[in-house]
Amino acid sequence: MTTTSAVISVRGLGKSFGKLEVLKGIDLDLMPGEVMGVIGPSGSGKSTLIRCLNMMEVPTAGEVRFQGRPVTHKFRGRGGAIGTGELRRKVGMVFQHFNLFPHLTVLGNITAGPTKVLAEPRAEAEAHAMDLLGQVGLADKAKAYPAHLSGGQKQRVAIARSLAMRPEVLLLDEVTSALDPELVGEVLAVIRRLADTGMTMVLVTHEMGFAADVASRVLFMEGGRIAEEGSAEQILRNPTSERLRSFLSRFHS
Amino acid sequence: MTYHWDFYTVMQSFDLLLWGVWITFLYTVGSILIGVVVGALSCWARLSRFWWLRLISRTYQELFRCTPLLVQILWAYYALPMLLGISISNTTAGLLTLSLYVGSFYAEIFRGGILAVDKGQREASAAIGMSGVQSMRYIIMPQAIKNMLPAFINQSVIQLKNTSLLYAISIAELTYMTSVVTSETYRPLEAYSLAAVLYFAMLFPLTQVADHFERRMRRSD
Ligand SMILES: Nc1ncnc2c1ncn2[C@@H]1O[C@H](COP(=O)(O)OP(=O)(O)O)[C@@H](O)[C@H]1O
Ligand SMILES: [Mg+2]
Repeated sequence: MTTTSAVISVRGLGKSFGKLEVLKGIDLDLMPGEVMGVIGPSGSGKSTLIRCLNMMEVPTAGEVRFQGRPVTHKFRGRGGAIGTGELRRKVGMVFQHFNLFPHLTVLGNITAGPTKVLAEPRAEAEAHAMDLLGQVGLADKAKAYPAHLSGGQKQRVAIARSLAMRPEVLLLDEVTSALDPELVGEVLAVIRRLADTGMTMVLVTHEMGFAADVASRVLFMEGGRIAEEGSAEQILRNPTSERLRSFLSRFHS
Repeated sequence: MTYHWDFYTVMQSFDLLLWGVWITFLYTVGSILIGVVVGALSCWARLSRFWWLRLISRTYQELFRCTPLLVQILWAYYALPMLLGISISNTTAGLLTLSLYVGSFYAEIFRGGILAVDKGQREASAAIGMSGVQSMRYIIMPQAIKNMLPAFINQSVIQLKNTSLLYAISIAELTYMTSVVTSETYRPLEAYSLAAVLYFAMLFPLTQVADHFERRMRRSD
């Protein structure tokens, strides 16, 4: 049975797009405060897996539980199940391409969720947003529009936007992959600080050095399965299988 | 050939032309307002996941977009009453036809504007717990409206010009009133020239607004 203390637990998770079976029976438990790194070749199902955790993709087999409650793909949950509305308030997601709202200022982007979804008073939401902007080093950009920010700044705003919902888990899908190399560091620094504060995270990444640094556990995905799983030390520094070793060798520069 | 322009005679009936302007304005605004509602409904139906809603909406759109407006107006005024066995006033027939006609174009403008919003926007709003309605209202629509504004204004400009076809069912809009003035003064050249100037005066500001939005949109991309 599922470990009751897991924030998210996944059993027998499968996902097919038509005939294409992308996830083939995934089991995992995400513990509070844990940073789970997910690595693997392109097309191995990393994004699909992480998107199943907040029901951006609806699984075609198996189940996802959040704090022991089964997750449904309906907005409102019934009979003990948790709906996507509540789930996504508690499980934040940061995208590779930021997806900031271009018609809103940085401050508007961050307060949209708290004011519209959580019905927080505007003043309170803005104070919290300013605090978060300070944490990601962008307090001076509150009034700017996304179009005037660099990629690294956009991604830091996107992280602040997720944090504004005070999530219990943060899902990050290759959040530095769309950035110019010189902007990657500023975003990783923010994630690193989040990890230090004990934020529970699932981190799909190609930054192997970074994963080795912040992840408490690493999954290596291949062909829709978890091919290997273990501590960051084990997976990234002492890979045993040939497949994993050859995958990692591509990132050693 | 020398023609003696005589605007004086026509100007004495200028109040009739102004009345025509007023009626033209009323039919334009009225049909645009109803058209927006009809267009929004039809757009919503086209984006629905129910095939029969999409089919109904599609049929309505193609019917109105692929037949001439003049034929529609005449049909609504002369044929529809016979078909239904009731009498329909020219006001009702005219307003209804104009509204449905423009609605069929608005629907596609609205749909294009919504589909042009990056799908990452819906995902990002869903990811912070917004419902479909919230996402539509706070995130998708504000961006979609900006996308569709130039096309919407252009279609509305055409709509004002289309009200002149109401002439065919004797509605007292500007073109009809011009014909009235012509038959009173025997001065068609002056009367229709004046009518053209009045149409131009109503529409030129609108096209400038459309251009302004189009330029601003291109700059923000
Ligand atoms: N919406 C979709 N429709 C069809 N196929 C998809 C969809 N999303 C992902 N896939 C396919 O699923 C496979 C895994 O994709 P993904 O989870 O994005 O892998 P990764 O993130 O590891 O690169 C790929 O073959 C991809 O083409
Ligand atoms: Mg991916």
